[in-house]
Formats: sequence, C-alpha cells, structure tokens
Amino acid sequence: MATTSSAPLPPKRNDGPAWMPSLLKDAFAAGVLAALLALPMLGFRLVDSAQGLSLDYRFSWVGIAFAAVFAGRLAISLARNAWDGRRRPMRERGTEESHGLRLRKLAGWLMVAAALLLPWTPIADRNLIDKATLLLIYVMLGWGLNVVVGLAGLLDLGYVAFYAVGAYSYALLSQNFGLSFWLCLPLAGAFAATFGMLLGFPVLRLRGDYLAIVTLGFGEIVRVVLLNWQVVTGGPNGLSGIQRPSFFGLPFLAAVPGKTTFHEFFGLPFSPDHRILFLYYLILILALATNLFTLRIRRLPIGRAWEALREDETACRSLGINPTKTKLSAFATGAMFAGFAGSFFATRQGFISPESFTFLESAIILAIVVLGGLGSQIGIVLSAFLLVGLPEWFRELQQYRMLAFGGAMVLIMLWRPRGLLSSREPTVRLGKTPKAPEPMPAGEGATP
Amino acid sequence: MTIAANPTPLLRVEHLTMRFGGLFAINDLSFAAKQQEITAIIGPNGAGKTTVFNCLTGFYKPSSGRLTLTAPDSDTPHLLERMDGFCITKDAKVARTFQNIRLFSGMSVLENLLVAQHNALMRASVYSLAGLLNLKSYRVKERQSIEKAKYWLEKIGLTAQADWSAGNLPYGSQRRLEIARAMCTDPVLLCLDEPAAGLNPKESLELNDLLLDIRREQRIGILLIEHDMSVVMNISDHIVVLDHGARIADGSPIEIRNDPAVIRAYLGADEDEDLPQEIATDIRHAAQREAR
Repeated sequence: MATTSSAPLPPKRNDGPAWMPSLLKDAFAAGVLAALLALPMLGFRLVDSAQGLSLDYRFSWVGIAFAAVFAGRLAISLARNAWDGRRRPMRERGTEESHGLRLRKLAGWLMVAAALLLPWTPIADRNLIDKATLLLIYVMLGWGLNVVVGLAGLLDLGYVAFYAVGAYSYALLSQNFGLSFWLCLPLAGAFAATFGMLLGFPVLRLRGDYLAIVTLGFGEIVRVVLLNWQVVTGGPNGLSGIQRPSFFGLPFLAAVPGKTTFHEFFGLPFSPDHRILFLYYLILILALATNLFTLRIRRLPIGRAWEALREDETACRSLGINPTKTKLSAFATGAMFAGFAGSFFATRQGFISPESFTFLESAIILAIVVLGGLGSQIGIVLSAFLLVGLPEWFRELQQYRMLAFGGAMVLIMLWRPRGLLSSREPTVRLGKTPKAPEPMPAGEGATP
Repeated sequence: MTIAANPTPLLRVEHLTMRFGGLFAINDLSFAAKQQEITAIIGPNGAGKTTVFNCLTGFYKPSSGRLTLTAPDSDTPHLLERMDGFCITKDAKVARTFQNIRLFSGMSVLENLLVAQHNALMRASVYSLAGLLNLKSYRVKERQSIEKAKYWLEKIGLTAQADWSAGNLPYGSQRRLEIARAMCTDPVLLCLDEPAAGLNPKESLELNDLLLDIRREQRIGILLIEHDMSVVMNISDHIVVLDHGARIADGSPIEIRNDPAVIRAYLGADEDEDLPQEIATDIRHAAQREAR
C-alpha cells in the first residue's frame, strides 16, 4: 500500500530518437488495452425505447478512447524522458535537501498564516469557512493517522472507528450527563485511546496485510455496533440535538433566558457567523496542536522507536525496545487525535449517525496520508486539499468531479509514486550545516 | 587476568538443547564465556551457531537447558532462557548483531545510535511528559546520549557521515555501525553474528582492531560467530567448535588449530566436499604460520 508504484514505463534513454519506436509500441499497447476496456463500457449502450430495450453500438467512442489513451501515454513518456534529462543535474547539488527543508518550513508558516487570516479575506463567506472547517477536520485526522501509519508503519484501515468513538462519546456524555464540550474533549480522546489499545492488543503479532484486514474488521465492528445498539446509540437514526459548543460557557445563540450569550457579552450584534468562525478557529487550534505534538514526539525516544519499529521490528527487539508497549502507544496516540476530531465533528454537526463513519472515510483518510508522503506533515495538508478540498469546491462539476479526482490520482502515481513530499528529515543532526549524502539508488548500499 | 578475581563466568550455557520437530539443532551444548574475553563459536555451515545466538537473545525459546548470565558487578544471575526477547537486552544487557545487517536504513546514522539508547532516554523522558515539555532533565539526558553516540561514531570512523541515511553507507561501514549500535545499549555481553562476512581484508583488519578495542576499553565479554579464520584465530581468547549441534572442541586458538576432531569436522572424515574451500585454506595457512 505504501509503495504505490506507477505502471512500468518503457526504458528511458536519452540517445536521440532511437527510443521512439519503443515508446510508440508502448503507447499502442496502452491504447489497445483501453479499447478493450472501452468496448463493453462505451461500445454498447442499452437504449430504452417504445419497442423495448435495444442495443446501440458506438464503436466510434471506442476509437476515441484508443486515440486518447495512445496520445496521452505517448505524451507522458515523452514528457518523462525530457524531464529526466533536465532534472538530473539538479539532484547532484548537495544542498538541495536542506534547501528543501527551509522551503518546507516557510511553506508551513505561510499556510498557518493563511489559515489564520482566511476568515478576514474578502473571498471568505459562510460557505468557504464551512468547507475550510471540513478540510481541517480531515487534515487533523490525517495527522493523527500519520502517527500510526506514517511513523509506526502500522497499516490501519479502521481509523474511522476511533473517530466514531470520539463523536459518540461526546454526544452521549453531553446528552446523558450534561457535560460540556470542553470537559468531553479530553474524555473523548481518552475513550478513543482506550479503544486504540483494545484494538492494539489482539493485533500486536500481525504485520502488514494481516494487520490491515483486522483493523478493517474492527472499523466495521464499531460501525455495526453503533447501528444495532439502538438503546444507547439510537441505531441508524443516530443522535440528534447534540449540544453545540459554547465560548467558554457563552452560547452562540440570539438569546437564552437567564444566560448571557456570546454576542451580548461582547456587545456585538447577533450573527450566526460567530459560531461558524468559532468552530473554524477551534478546529484550526486542534489541528495545529496535533501537528505540534507530532512534530515534537517524533524527536522524542518514543517517536524514534516508532520509526525504528517501522524499519525493523526484529532489530528493535534486539535493542531492548518493548515492541508491545511501543505499538500500543502508537495506536493509542493516533486514536486519541481521532477522538478529539470526532467530538469536534459531533458538536459541529449537532447530529451523528453511523452513516458518517463508513469504511470510505477510513479509506479517504488513509489516502490522504499515503498521498501526502508517509510521515510528511505538510504533504498531508496538500493531499487533504487535493482529496477533500478540491472535490468540495468543484461540486458544480457534478459527476465529472470524480473523473477529475481519478485523473489527479493517476498523475500523482506517475510523478510522485512515493507521495507528494516523501523525503524524510532526520529528527536530530550532528553537524550544524546539514550535509546530504549523494542520493544513491535504493538498495545499492545494502548489497555486499 | 580478572577471571581469578571473578570466578563466575559471564555467561554459562548448560545442557542447551533446541529441537525443531524431530531435528536437534543444538544437542546438549555446554560452554562458558568469560568476561573481558572474546569467545568464538565456529563450525561448519548448519552446525547450529546462529541457533545458539537466537536462544541466547530470546528469539527462540530453548527446548531445555539453562543460560545463566552473571554481570560482573552484580550477584544476581539472569536466567536468559526465561526472559522475553527485549528484556534480555534491556535488563540482562546482552546485545547482538545480525548475520544479514539489520540497521534502520531509512533513519540517519546518528538516529540509529540514539534508538539503541531508547530505554535510558525513555526513563529520562518520564512517559514522554518531560520530553514533551522539554524539561531540563530530559535535555541533559539527550545531550549525553548524543555525546555517547559521538564517541562511537568517532570509534568507527563515521562522524562525517552521522547525518546520512544508514542505508546509504557502504557495506563495511554498515557492519561497523551495527556493532556501535549494539554497544550503545551498554551491554555486558556482545554477541556478533558473522561480523566479518562480506568485508574485504582491510576492513577485516579494522574490525579486529575495533573488537580488541571494545574488549580492552569497555571490559565486556564478546561472543563471536565467524567463518573468517583470520579474524577468529587472531583475536579470540577461547574457541568453541560446534558440529551438528554439539560441541566437538573447546580451547585456545592453538589447541583448536591442532585438534583432530576439528580438522575432521571441517575437512570431513570421508567426504571432502563438506569443506568450504576458503576455510580449509585458512586453517592450513594458519597452521603453517604457527609452525614457522
């Protein structure tokens, strides 16, 4: 899963047009494949007419599909050849890595500044802030899952279960016990972390694909329990009327008898936008806290142990690292952030049902992490924007937006098969001036 | 030597047996390794050498037998056969390297050495709380760990490459880094599984120096599996020879070199093809050198 590889392209050669025939052959093969696929999908069409069903043949569409794929494949191969020729000398510059790091840091600060100022820009309206809030939820979930998948290397396909645990803990605690959002937030995190441990125990011995399957099952179990435990969770009807957040006790309402509301306290005219803004800044703070925590813990022994565990569990054990504790702590930490995000989700929506916690959500969050480049914090923001933000913005395109989504995925697989930002920066450096090694082809240094 | 002052050997293996189904990988093996000595375990391929290591370091649970480790500064012996794999390194202080190098190749050289100090750093970071808050106690400990890593980088000559990815190092450097990483766990017994495999003669000599240096300065015991006789014969204080899971000889390099049972095991009583060519030559050369 982590090594999403692009389709093997023909060998790249830079010795003139001699490689042209092989490219043409390759493009032709791709075109034939596309035509074969297109034949049943585009070539035949059922027509429902007055005489009943009849078949309509559209072989010209198959021809178009062939031509489009042929041309596209050829263009990609040509572009790659040209690109590789130009990029090589760039790589040889020794300072590239530290330069990239500085650039990345700058980009990070710019993003934070942009996120802080977004509501005050002229383009901001209620709709945009709402979408940005949704985007930030996914960024936060991506950052949380990154601890489990990116750092500890444990492929978790049931991450949404912890998100659900967080959402339902807040909803149930506030409805049944009247606890406030600020009290429920840490509780929801704690509950989700406990569930993370519960999941962690049975899967400790599993790795890779087996772990993925079990976590997938766990995610489904949680959803099915929520669906069927009618008495507590409301079953498929979900829980509605969840308490909305208050500004440290000041509700965002026009008027509440016997209580000061937010706008009364600050002497502002009442506006429903206050709550939207508050929610936006709340998730921004939660997400940034997640990020800070992850950045810091990566530099701590536990974070380094997670990464070491991802690299080689056997070696970890031989160094006296307790793999059980290390794995459980990774599961619990990742789950805790999902719990926070879940309780935020519940308070924002005011209504939750098992519908919101399907496998598709897990898949999207995982796709965000993998696409961003495992372990990369900024990469996750970019890919969350690509995977969640853009489809939201292009809703007007209707069904074509999924086509654009697929197209973007193909492009990323071609150009960034290891994720948008995949290079890893050491957590600690000995030298003041970072000296990057000559990049070697993978595996070369490891063979005797 | 210090053995007189401390009569209990560092490691005592008694009646160790490891069965896989009906196959005896190790059959009633007993030997001892002393502190501040290099004990080599040699034997033909498949003699059970690595299995001994895997039993020692908790990767296998021995079918029967007792493995007692007595650290020089403590009276309570650790019974290794009863401990969990990671506790053997953490509490009993036995560190090992692997036949096929197992570095954290995506992490930097320095990080590899810091991961090895995990337990000490974890204690200082108090469930990561002191670390998260960046308290002084943690910062001091981290500084110390980096200093220790620096010390070992200096020893293995990789200071300039400290920030490289471990996987980008040349093979010989990776071997040395793995030894340094094991040493960063502060072991009392260091188990090296074929540390000279794949090294060229110059690197083998450097390895000899490194191991002798570790024995001299760190005053720990080293247990060594090796096929390269130039390493074994030059640096070992004591050699245990295994064949078919049983000990066939035990003694100083000179004794082993002239032991008919060992020569038979390597050269084969009837079948000569058992012997790897280079080992035969090594033994012969060593014997000739000795005669001169």
